[in-house]
Amino acid sequence: MKLRKVSTAVVAVASLSLALSACGGGGADKGKDGDKIVIGIKYDQPGMGLKTQDGKFTGFDVDVARYVAKELGYSEDKIEFKQAPSAERENLISNGDVKFVAGTYTINDKRKAKVDFAGPYFMAHQDLLVRADETTITKVEDLNSKKLCSVTGSTSAQNVKEKLAPKADLQTLGGYSECLNGLENKTVDALTTDGTILAGYAAQKENQGKFKLVGLKLSDEPYGIGLKKGDKDLQSKINAALEKMQKDGSWQKAVDANLGPANYKADPAPAITEKG
Amino acid sequence: MFDFLSSGRYDLLGAFWVTVQLTLYSAVGSLIWGTLLAGMRVSPVPLMRGFGTAYVNLVRNTPLTIIMVGSLLGLYQTLGFKLGADLSADIGFRLAVLAMVAYTGTFVCEALRSGINTVPVGQAEAARAMGLSFVQVLTLIVLPQAFRSVVAPLANVLIALTKNTTVASAIGVAEASFLMKNMVENETDALFAVFALIALGFIVLTLPTGLLLGWVSKRVAVKR
Repeated sequence: MKLRKVSTAVVAVASLSLALSACGGGGADKGKDGDKIVIGIKYDQPGMGLKTQDGKFTGFDVDVARYVAKELGYSEDKIEFKQAPSAERENLISNGDVKFVAGTYTINDKRKAKVDFAGPYFMAHQDLLVRADETTITKVEDLNSKKLCSVTGSTSAQNVKEKLAPKADLQTLGGYSECLNGLENKTVDALTTDGTILAGYAAQKENQGKFKLVGLKLSDEPYGIGLKKGDKDLQSKINAALEKMQKDGSWQKAVDANLGPANYKADPAPAITEKG
Repeated sequence: MFDFLSSGRYDLLGAFWVTVQLTLYSAVGSLIWGTLLAGMRVSPVPLMRGFGTAYVNLVRNTPLTIIMVGSLLGLYQTLGFKLGADLSADIGFRLAVLAMVAYTGTFVCEALRSGINTVPVGQAEAARAMGLSFVQVLTLIVLPQAFRSVVAPLANVLIALTKNTTVASAIGVAEASFLMKNMVENETDALFAVFALIALGFIVLTLPTGLLLGWVSKRVAVKR
């Protein structure tokens, strides 16, 4: 008798989880009805795309995504954000799980083989973050005798190793927070990745005054909005929205609001190059 | 599809060599630590028994990622233990081995303890009647038989250990999954090929381990 109860419970749980996963998969269809739009963003990058503890979304990418969605005809409450980690962005787009992705998504040829881009809407550069009292690191050559930290697998880490400072003692960790902890405790001397992300971390309340950006331009990272390959209609609509955003001043406002607190000197808005 | 391999940018064998090294060092370390723990758990001293039980239950129920990242943040970054190395890569490797030994030792201990239970009580009693001390009973009579009966479960632990080494990429050890993360970042157009390649690499490592140790376990089993 007891066994029977257990098996009933198991069946109940299994069918429940099936029902739940069926709900989860429905996101993309809603987008097609013109009811809701699902947008992929990063959840873990302060200043660019961050899900705060009370469930709100902030950051420059989020502001751009909201503006574009508005121009596409979706009001604020019709937007649904979905986490798009770097390794999953292309699949989320080509499976139709998201309408587009705006998440520090650098335009490059390998990615263009899988998805189309609109934009670029922002030109970021690889930069260095050091302790506020650091004076010995002013150019990239200084790194060769220093301990450097970045995130496992990131383009920035590979750039350092292959081109910028091959002799630097590079440590690659799972997340930027681990690197920041090391920087604070002086087990590393500098943290490198896109300046936008560094600025976001430096501007966080608990980090204010502890770190500074060196302000180098070690690479060009044109951020684009990723969308389904061949969807020229959506691409030109998003491009039009981005152009409008730059013209009416909302672009500058979003930059100042999200990246201003860390003294990040952003490049002027880049020209739209990804056209059909 | 696999043309990214010929670009010369990725050292696949080198990465798997690090995985193998990580596995071997951790395997030896956790075998020793696990045996010590098992000894403590069956010892007549209440304090040692208590420590062994508490340690095993605490550590084996903690996710490996937390132990791994905790050793980096706590031991290295905050307390400054470098484990005798200077380069970040070496420090990361040694920390990873330390974390793996601390974690896997608990599973070795429990496998071994089940082996100890297969040795008839009469043998330990007979040995004690002859005047052997606890350490002598354990090392001369009980453990040699216990080890022979737990080769198969220990092979399980070793295979799990091999795959658990991928967690070390979280603290920057350049093993196979670390390379995979680099490939995923660069080779967006061949994601499935990358995953398949790394998975194949691990099968090449673990399948022979399982077959070999399965054969060994049959050979050395105590016939009762």
